[in-house]
Amino acid sequence: MESVAATLVESDPGSFVFAAAGEWLVATAAELDQRLRALQMPNDKRVTLDLAGIDRLDTAGAWLLLRTEHDLAAHGNTVEMRNLRSNFAPLLDQVRAGGMVVPARHPRPAHHTIVGFLARIGEISLGIFARAYSILGFFGAVCESAGALLLRPRRLRITALVAQLEQTGVNAVPIVGLLSFLIGVVIAYQGADQLRRFGAQVYTVNLLGVGILRELGVLMAAIIIAGRSGSAFTAQIGTMRVNEEIDALRTIGLDPLEVLVLPRLFGLVLTLPMLTLWADLVGLFGGCLMSWASLGITPPQFMQQLRDSLYPWTFWIGLIKAPTFAFIIALIGCYEGFQVARSAESVGRLTTLAVVEAIFLVIVADAGFSIFFSFLQI
Amino acid sequence: MLNNSSEPIIYVRGLVNRFGAETVHDGLDLEVRRGEVIGIVGGSGSGKSVLLRTIVGLNRPVEGKVEVFGRDVLRMSDRQRRQLENRWGVLFQDGALFSSLTVAQNIEVPIKEYYDMPLRLMDEISAVKVGMVGLPEEAGEKYPSQLSGGMRKRAGLARALALDPEIVFLDEPTAGLDPIAAGAFDELIRDLKTSLGLTVFMVTHDLDSLFAICDRVAVLVDKKVRVGTLEQLLRDNHPWIHSYFHGPRGRAAQASEAAVFNEPRALDATRV
Repeated sequence: MESVAATLVESDPGSFVFAAAGEWLVATAAELDQRLRALQMPNDKRVTLDLAGIDRLDTAGAWLLLRTEHDLAAHGNTVEMRNLRSNFAPLLDQVRAGGMVVPARHPRPAHHTIVGFLARIGEISLGIFARAYSILGFFGAVCESAGALLLRPRRLRITALVAQLEQTGVNAVPIVGLLSFLIGVVIAYQGADQLRRFGAQVYTVNLLGVGILRELGVLMAAIIIAGRSGSAFTAQIGTMRVNEEIDALRTIGLDPLEVLVLPRLFGLVLTLPMLTLWADLVGLFGGCLMSWASLGITPPQFMQQLRDSLYPWTFWIGLIKAPTFAFIIALIGCYEGFQVARSAESVGRLTTLAVVEAIFLVIVADAGFSIFFSFLQI
Repeated sequence: MLNNSSEPIIYVRGLVNRFGAETVHDGLDLEVRRGEVIGIVGGSGSGKSVLLRTIVGLNRPVEGKVEVFGRDVLRMSDRQRRQLENRWGVLFQDGALFSSLTVAQNIEVPIKEYYDMPLRLMDEISAVKVGMVGLPEEAGEKYPSQLSGGMRKRAGLARALALDPEIVFLDEPTAGLDPIAAGAFDELIRDLKTSLGLTVFMVTHDLDSLFAICDRVAVLVDKKVRVGTLEQLLRDNHPWIHSYFHGPRGRAAQASEAAVFNEPRALDATRV
């Protein structure tokens, strides 16, 4: 393997011979590179490159020869190549024809300085505003499109809508049910454990009722749907953008908002309340079982306590949030899908972003609802 | 670099590929010689790309034997496979560049994988490859999404050539290119073949490419291949082959080839 040689000797006064031998290949390039960089270059002399000893040559080797020739010439030497085997000549010409190239610089982030750091903070902040502005624009366009559809409801795409109901609703029933059941179990167990210290075990039921019906049922459903369907919206629409399918829709005269976004939006606005109802029921069922097991509260007692503890609108307060959350999730999912550039990589990046943004906005909206309801004193 | 030129560099015997009920290849035999450019043609769905994928090990055939460099590709350990894989390069249809890396970084992926090399030298070598495939110097810093289709193909070729392989597999290298770019690509392949001593396995639909650079052509018909020089295939009277080469497009390509070189391509008679 180490059968390479690159030596530079003074043959006569004023003239040097550079002798290259062995295998000048990509496999030996690192070794050769090191030796070549260690050479002491003469200045303003005659240098002959004697290449007779080169047994094998590939592009990397050819580049190193040309680089050496170039470096020697840059030191003011007169350079001449000699004794290259004829079958290597076309390769050398080919590499030479590619030009004495400057290595491409890899883009590296330039925020190692304080100024760079501040600039980056500024950039990101401006980016957030630009993004919010753009989402607002998309929101407007979707509302306009939805409004037009409401005026002419026959244009609603029933098949697409039903397909969305199935994918985002029916198919999500098992996972939403299972997770809500477990949440009910966990809350009942933790609540019972704490409340028992005051002898107020029975208030576990109140905790479950208010907690699940007002907040956790709808939040669990929304978060699962954001992960499950919001991401799917971005990926589906994004992939269609990569394949230029959106452009194809436009050229056929179809409005992508009407064809792609509205069925998803309406589908989710319809399914999330139903999933919330389902999550509420299963969550309470889980809590009921756990109360029975750990506190001995029988199901009839549980129902009685539940009825006594709830305001009439507790249930509706939870349910009323569901369409809003659904709107946010569908809007963000579709919006990010349309942001996909023509590369597969951006589909993945934006899908992640869509889920994070949707969950973030859902929780912000939930906080908003809490403030609003406390203002109304309900 | 060139040795035992008599022995086939790719040797396929009795290949059977089946997808569900559909048989794509049925007892296909093919030999590719060292240093030649072989063109693979056939109708849509005749299994050209499947053949390519089978030879490079991306598709496991139902039956048959595939040898590359005299080694059985289907029965080898992962280590042997790795040693083999740095001796060939593959250009996929749309370049298949890694979209999160720049062109230069794409070219450096195989180099990094197989050799321990200082960064600066690696940048130099990738820049050499960028120049060799005829891309402008600044293309190295760009991401694949910033390149045109033709440039992506050239960049893909540069990556396929990163380790100076002995064989390059090209999957429809000129599809989707304008005629000028396609012609330039043909020329590029021919130049690289002479200077690097490449063996080129090229799946193509492009009749001009076939006439311009292929030493031999393998036609996929009836789930097998018929291999021959263009002269032989032009005389073949299998209906598909006849209509392929003697259809209006085939005739036009022949005519332009004759006009350019002004002589019949009596190549390879010596090499056979």
